Amino acid sequence: MKVADLSQRDMAGLLTGKGLPIQIGPFWINLHSTIPDLLRHVTFFYAGYETTESARFFDFHITLKNAGGLRRWVKPQVHFLLDEYAPFKPLPYIHAFAMFEWGLNWCIATTAHRYLIIHAAVLEKAGRGVIMPGVPGSGKSTLCAAMALRGWRLLSDEMVLLDPATREITPVPRPVSLKNESIGIIRDFSATAEIGPAAEDTAKGTVAHLKPSETSIRLARATSRPHAIVFPKYQADSRTRLTEKAKNSALLEIQENAFNTHILGKVGFESATSLINGCPVFSLEYSQLEEALPIMERLVADSEVPA
Amino acid sequence: MAEPLIVQVLVSPERITRFSAAEWDLLMRQAKAANLLAHLHQVLQDRVLGDGIPEGPAHHLRAANLITQRSVLAVRWEISQLQEALYSLAIPIVLLKGAAYVMADLPISRGRLFHDIDILVPRSAVEDVEKRLLTWGWRTTPGSAYDQRYYRTWMHEIPPMRHIKRQTVLDIHHSILPLTARLKPDPQKLLAQATNDGGQGDLYWLCDLDLILHSATHLFHDGELEHGLRDLVDIAELLRHFAGRAGFWPALCDRAQEMDLVRPLIYGLRYVQLLLAVDIPDDVTLWMRDRLPGSLLDSTMDSLFLRALRPDHASCGMWGTGLARWALYVRSHYLRMPLKLLIPHLVRKALTGEDEGELPGEVQRFIANNPRNRDPG
Repeated sequence: MKVADLSQRDMAGLLTGKGLPIQIGPFWINLHSTIPDLLRHVTFFYAGYETTESARFFDFHITLKNAGGLRRWVKPQVHFLLDEYAPFKPLPYIHAFAMFEWGLNWCIATTAHRYLIIHAAVLEKAGRGVIMPGVPGSGKSTLCAAMALRGWRLLSDEMVLLDPATREITPVPRPVSLKNESIGIIRDFSATAEIGPAAEDTAKGTVAHLKPSETSIRLARATSRPHAIVFPKYQADSRTRLTEKAKNSALLEIQENAFNTHILGKVGFESATSLINGCPVFSLEYSQLEEALPIMERLVADSEVPA
Repeated sequence: MAEPLIVQVLVSPERITRFSAAEWDLLMRQAKAANLLAHLHQVLQDRVLGDGIPEGPAHHLRAANLITQRSVLAVRWEISQLQEALYSLAIPIVLLKGAAYVMADLPISRGRLFHDIDILVPRSAVEDVEKRLLTWGWRTTPGSAYDQRYYRTWMHEIPPMRHIKRQTVLDIHHSILPLTARLKPDPQKLLAQATNDGGQGDLYWLCDLDLILHSATHLFHDGELEHGLRDLVDIAELLRHFAGRAGFWPALCDRAQEMDLVRPLIYGLRYVQLLLAVDIPDDVTLWMRDRLPGSLLDSTMDSLFLRALRPDHASCGMWGTGLARWALYVRSHYLRMPLKLLIPHLVRKALTGEDEGELPGEVQRFIANNPRNRDPG
């Protein structure tokens, strides 16, 4: 049963009542919220996700609610609760849906230690996964959104869940978070891009989300094998250039970009090492999406990629 | 009323084999709220019940276990840093609570998270210890001048210190109860019995009996109830671990008498027996009864503690839980200092309107755990 199978009324009833179950990749969340913005966010972005009517175990019980008292009227705020625990300070009301997405990232990054969790986008074409780590401003999300709009399967725009034993990546497809200029770039890039409303003046500037393709959501339970690692770097006016990257520095960067190496210890280090040793690693400098995309296509088309 | 699922499972772990998905969900929520997830993992593994855990909860239990393992390593590293910093002072450094459980290699340390390191040093050495730690990167956590004076004049510890690089928090005690408290355990006696299992250097931890007494004192006379059930589990596990030793029970009762900690021990034993089904021998029960307060006081305390010791989760709330926590908070303050000190202290805190960042830790925690606008359910 999909979230879309629920009437708007039932969905609102669940969100304000016993909770709306949503399966997001390998996780089940039970979402509570009294905030109309969040109902719209869920209706728009999560319609294609699985829900259930039967009682089950939930990985995360998440609540978004108004701050009480005077705060209900004066500069209203929203609280994020994991079960009853508030890991963050409240944010302005209009950032509710961004807070939900960030909060869920935090839940996963602090709990899902069965995976090495790397801060990176990951997409797949022809059964071949490409991992794109990137610091903020590297253009990782923009490139990720553009690839998702050109038929790549989105596994995640934020986190690679790498199984240390099988070396497979578990998808956790979610709305792609676009910041500031990227929002306009992606709108211009594709007339069919489904982008939600923007939250302005957040800690990360203006944030809006791009809806992943139906295929990406439908295949959320299908793991993927990493085929290449690309460190993107957006550089205004630069020529598009793909260069091989030294494995030792790539390993360091992967370790720095991982959320839980300090928890996984040796297992985490070994799985990062085997990931780096098992795929070619590149840097991609680009300023034009239309030039970067064919390069990414060639990476997964070319069977003679050097390992 | 039914006990919370987490309490039922701690008493009879095999119950989980009949749990529905909804019960697993609630069990995990309660265990997490009570900070007992890693302990639950340990209990289920020790009873070889691992196969009965469904996949979803199993992931969370294993993750909690991983975090605990890392946290034990971090504690050992922190202790080694502390040892290095204080080495040349040549004074005994006595570890308390979690750090002591780790160094004594007690089973309870396998399923427990660690936040602060607590040490006990002779009062005469506190100033030297503080100075030395300052040069090794620890800093006194900021607080108002009043808080500083409050700590230094009346408390059994100095304001917590935090390491500037590692952000770890160190509590330096010179006693285990405030100087103003009604009970007067002599810290010299604690230091004298401290042990290091024949190890080298100036690093010690409280002896077995004192670990139990301190744990009970901390929970029942120091107002630290936000993790009440977790702390009660500590006491239960310490007792279960040491109880098999010949002469354990009389030695424990004698030591409590000697340390002026009979009252907290009685409460500790009463509630580990009532809630966690720890076996207390009959002669100890008699010893307790001889020293128990009147039966009215007893039932009042039962109704307060049996509420306050439940996990801090909506599913465990019962009528009067918030009131019970508040009453016990007031009681702990009353036990910590005479009214002629307590009243000016609380009045000052109320009138100066100091923001929460400057309130003493225990007040902040109390406020955090008892939000005024908590929604039911």
